[in-house]
Amino acid sequence: MTTKSAGKKPGLFSRIDQHVLRLLLVMAVWMVFMGLTRASRFYTLINFQTMASQFPEFGLMSLGVMLCMITGGIDLSPVGVANLVAILMALFLKQLVPPEGGLPVYAIPLVFVLGALIGACLGILNGLLVSKIRIPPILATLGMSELLTGVAIVITGGAAVSGLPVEYAMTVNNKIGGMLPVQLVIFGVMAFIVWFLLNRTTFGTKIYLLGTNPKAARFSGLKNDRLIISTYMISGITAALGGLVMLANYNSARANYGSVYVLQCILVVVLGGVSPTGGKGRISGVVLAIVLLRMLETGINRFPQISSYYISLIWGGVLLLVMVLDYFSAAGRPGKRRRQTL
Amino acid sequence: MADSLLRAVDIQKSFAGVHALKGVSLDIAPGEIHCLAGENGSGKSTLIKIISGVYQADGGHIEFDGKTLSKITPIDAILLGIQVIYQDFSVFPNLTVMENLALNSELSDKRKIVNWQRMRQIAEEAVAKINFKVDLDALVGTLTVAQKQMVAICRALMFNARLIIMDEPTTALTRKEVQALFGVILQLKAQGISTLFVSHKLNEVFEISERFTILRNGELVVTGHTRDLDSAKFSYYMTGREFSDEQFRAENLGEAPLIEVKNLGLSGAFEDISFQLRGGEILGITGLLDSGRSELSLALFGIREADSGDILIKGKKTRINTPQAAIGAGIGLVPEDRLSEGLFLPRSIADNLIIAEIDRLANRFKVFDHRKRTREVQRLVEEFAIATPNPQNACQTLSGGNQQRVVLAKWLACNLDVLVLNGPTVGVDIGSKHDIHRILQGLAREGMGIIIISDDLPEVIRNCSRVIVLKSGRIVQEMDAAFATEQAILSQMM
Amino acid sequence: MQNNLKKLTKRNETYIALVVLALCLLIEVRSGQFFTANNLVDIASAMVVPGLFAVGTFMVIVSGGIDVSFPALASLTSYATTKMLLDAGYTGGMWLPILISLAMGALLGAFNGVFIGLLGLPAMIVTLGSSSVFKGVMQGALGSVQLAVIPPGMRAFGTSALFTATNPVSGLTSRMPVGFLALIAVLLIAFFIMRYTFFGRGIYAIGGNETSAHRAGFNTKRTKFLLYVFVGMVASLAGLIRTCMMQQNHPTNMLGMEMNIIAGVVLGGTAISGGAGSLTGCMLGTLLIVIVENSMILIGIPTIWKSVFVGALIIIGTGVSAYQVTRAHRIKSSRRLGGEVKA
Repeated sequence: MTTKSAGKKPGLFSRIDQHVLRLLLVMAVWMVFMGLTRASRFYTLINFQTMASQFPEFGLMSLGVMLCMITGGIDLSPVGVANLVAILMALFLKQLVPPEGGLPVYAIPLVFVLGALIGACLGILNGLLVSKIRIPPILATLGMSELLTGVAIVITGGAAVSGLPVEYAMTVNNKIGGMLPVQLVIFGVMAFIVWFLLNRTTFGTKIYLLGTNPKAARFSGLKNDRLIISTYMISGITAALGGLVMLANYNSARANYGSVYVLQCILVVVLGGVSPTGGKGRISGVVLAIVLLRMLETGINRFPQISSYYISLIWGGVLLLVMVLDYFSAAGRPGKRRRQTL
Repeated sequence: MADSLLRAVDIQKSFAGVHALKGVSLDIAPGEIHCLAGENGSGKSTLIKIISGVYQADGGHIEFDGKTLSKITPIDAILLGIQVIYQDFSVFPNLTVMENLALNSELSDKRKIVNWQRMRQIAEEAVAKINFKVDLDALVGTLTVAQKQMVAICRALMFNARLIIMDEPTTALTRKEVQALFGVILQLKAQGISTLFVSHKLNEVFEISERFTILRNGELVVTGHTRDLDSAKFSYYMTGREFSDEQFRAENLGEAPLIEVKNLGLSGAFEDISFQLRGGEILGITGLLDSGRSELSLALFGIREADSGDILIKGKKTRINTPQAAIGAGIGLVPEDRLSEGLFLPRSIADNLIIAEIDRLANRFKVFDHRKRTREVQRLVEEFAIATPNPQNACQTLSGGNQQRVVLAKWLACNLDVLVLNGPTVGVDIGSKHDIHRILQGLAREGMGIIIISDDLPEVIRNCSRVIVLKSGRIVQEMDAAFATEQAILSQMM
Repeated sequence: MQNNLKKLTKRNETYIALVVLALCLLIEVRSGQFFTANNLVDIASAMVVPGLFAVGTFMVIVSGGIDVSFPALASLTSYATTKMLLDAGYTGGMWLPILISLAMGALLGAFNGVFIGLLGLPAMIVTLGSSSVFKGVMQGALGSVQLAVIPPGMRAFGTSALFTATNPVSGLTSRMPVGFLALIAVLLIAFFIMRYTFFGRGIYAIGGNETSAHRAGFNTKRTKFLLYVFVGMVASLAGLIRTCMMQQNHPTNMLGMEMNIIAGVVLGGTAISGGAGSLTGCMLGTLLIVIVENSMILIGIPTIWKSVFVGALIIIGTGVSAYQVTRAHRIKSSRRLGGEVKA
């Protein structure tokens, strides 16, 4: 009596992640609901633009957190990195303004490149702490977050850095052709890069395997340390970009902006189907989760009787709902559920 | 019969359409040492779980002490005196020995408040039963595997055990520890306690058990007295096949050695190891668990770097300090614990197959050549006869034997010169064992150099052309396999 | 005596105690102000709320989980209690606010307990979700605003003192708040639970190996459920005491504390993976963070550098501990082979 391998016929739905399907379902339900009750207000261009406008900030950070979680770790420092980079680049931008005002044409791209570089270095630091010194990622990135926020506070004296040349915010907040926000393009490009890395390069396959079984990865010749450092480096870059977008949105930089994003990123990533123990997760899920949550938020806004503070409740509620659904669908299958330490 | 302690009669059990047990019977007398053997998937685990109340049988019944039992829960089984010691011993590494021993009984007494003196007393009584000397305040996580097992046995004895069931108890034990375990089992026998020993290791069946039962495909094949058994009959009963084991003879040896090791040493593990390996040879390295043989395999593969001596690959001094360096030098390692160290079970079979050569399937920018990758997966699946309808399925959907093939295929896809295997058939059923040996002998004949590190002496003698014996980290003997006998090797090992 | 000394050196708590002591001495040497009565009382006062949170967090981490919802839980219950009593014009003693808080804390803790205990879902993710839910309820349903006035009973509790310590040099006085007694009480209860009840040993067992715990006879589902109920109650109490001590209820200023509390517990030797740790260590670790956060000013480091130091402390502390673990592993595997160890 050997356990026969359950041959799965490659049907349409077995290719698509079960979890992603569930998200699509919730989204479809919501869209129908909004169509029935508030169609005129919800399905408007302006509303979609609003939805698109605010999520690039933390959407970018989520991309990095997602990669770290796939390797079986986590990144709690994106906000710390984002704020520090934003502050440094704000100060730098102000230096670039020539006496007659305005900004040289190379200024904004330069700021983005420099910012990304700083983010990369900070990410590499995280990666070193996790891979070489073997500090559990949750604690290493927590410490870094605190440290970086502290440095940001010291640099700014706790105040906001403002008085930026208006060209910066204008450019980053610009809408291409009047419709497509530049921020969204930045997010889209990074999302595509991450998708490409995960699905079309050896890096992607390697980190999925690393997250699944680090020991076997080592025995298969994978360079675990280097993979981890690269992953956290990318997370640092996405966090830095998120910070630069935040800089444009608030037209200022401060050490404590966006502190709520840390847990929100993790929430959205888990909602998107990434397992905190590593080895699983698709970018389609994460993007979908972000879109779904923004849809829920803007939809709620269309009901003036319901306070927009309910957003928090909805975030948490949807996460718990999806987890319970996952649990009950897995319960039918034989085999023990893995005990998770997070 | 009033003579029996436990009688399982005609047990039937099915799971979701899979017929696991098809009318199996088992008979154990009081104080008897009985071995239950069978390949993976023969139904022996299911039978154990039914006896201990974890599963309920669909048909048949269990008699204990002459009384027929209807439905038993695990608690019922414990109260009857049936104790199971699982392979992981179910201990708490973060708690002290004392707590590990006393917890079960305190809990079954429904205690709420902890009385540390009483727990210590309970623990002291428990270890006294088999004279186990241990520091009660030590954390179990710091004990050796053998000591943890003793803790599990002591705990099992606390509930007036009549029958102790041990699931593959000798897997991680050194030879001395196995002897100690057998000594304990004999002590139990003297106290009238029966032992049901699940194992597929032939020598253990012979050494300790009085009677045996062999299952195959959910059916009872044979039950009888060990004195009526020999190894050929054992193989036949286990697999239903007759095996003619060919002694490997090295042919077409390569001119120059593929790998030469000179005075290799790793402090705390081994020292002054020197040997050569030419293409076409299978070298066997054997020794006790603490002889340094495992560490040697890790050093050859770069998981742990040797701190003295040299490794020469095709005559050139090469530094093997990481697995990548080893692979680059043409060396691969099939690790001992294939499942946790060699495979990524939830990932696809395809991923598992190509992972060691993954960089070759991508271009300079690390982007995959999709067609190349698909073709390679297809080739490997066919060449190694991996039974799956779709290589994108998770590796855990494969049977055990097929999983072994994946591990081998992964390395053979890399065009290596030397393949080191650490315990290649540990935990493998007899059928797959012979298959693996056949594959390895074939590989050697094609010009590869193979190193088998194992303490399964028949395996080593039959499949190797040369044997090196390690003891306490040093080479004590090197011999041609044709002249090697088990006794000769054993006497050198100990 | 020799044996006891050896046992002491093996324990994590000893090292952390030494570090705390060293820090205190450093501050004392630089400022002469550390071991003054009023400073010590200030520190004790600053320990009350983090200490209470740390006890709950400690128990959860030992069980193998991580709880990030306790600040939100505490904010919600303290806000709801305060508002409810204000609206009702309550003028009585402290016992009613405490009771209401504990009841609400138990309820919210049970919410966590259902998902983590009964359904067995991973604690960190569940508490992420419940943290959002609690925040949403507080801000959305209850429309939280800062409450500058709190019921007189609570005000009295917040200002009443066990005793007052005066600094002879500067003339500054510090009150030892009555809330400190609550911390002591909870510590004693938690100590008793963890050391002398099977419920507590079960928490350690679950953190060590949940399957074995189940096989040994622990009711793992019920244990985890009750654990979160208890933690909810303690967190609630902490929130209430904070409101009293601050004399007002600010709905969001506790949010964000979770990470530093977890850091403090881990610095005290509690393994993040569960199954190991002591209350002593947990308090020492929290004390270390509280001292760094509060007393750096005494050696002339402006408070603006606080986060930098806390962050560095976390990295160095966990780094040292991680290094020790790797070293211990290497020694253990070499020893098993009977070889000499070249550390």
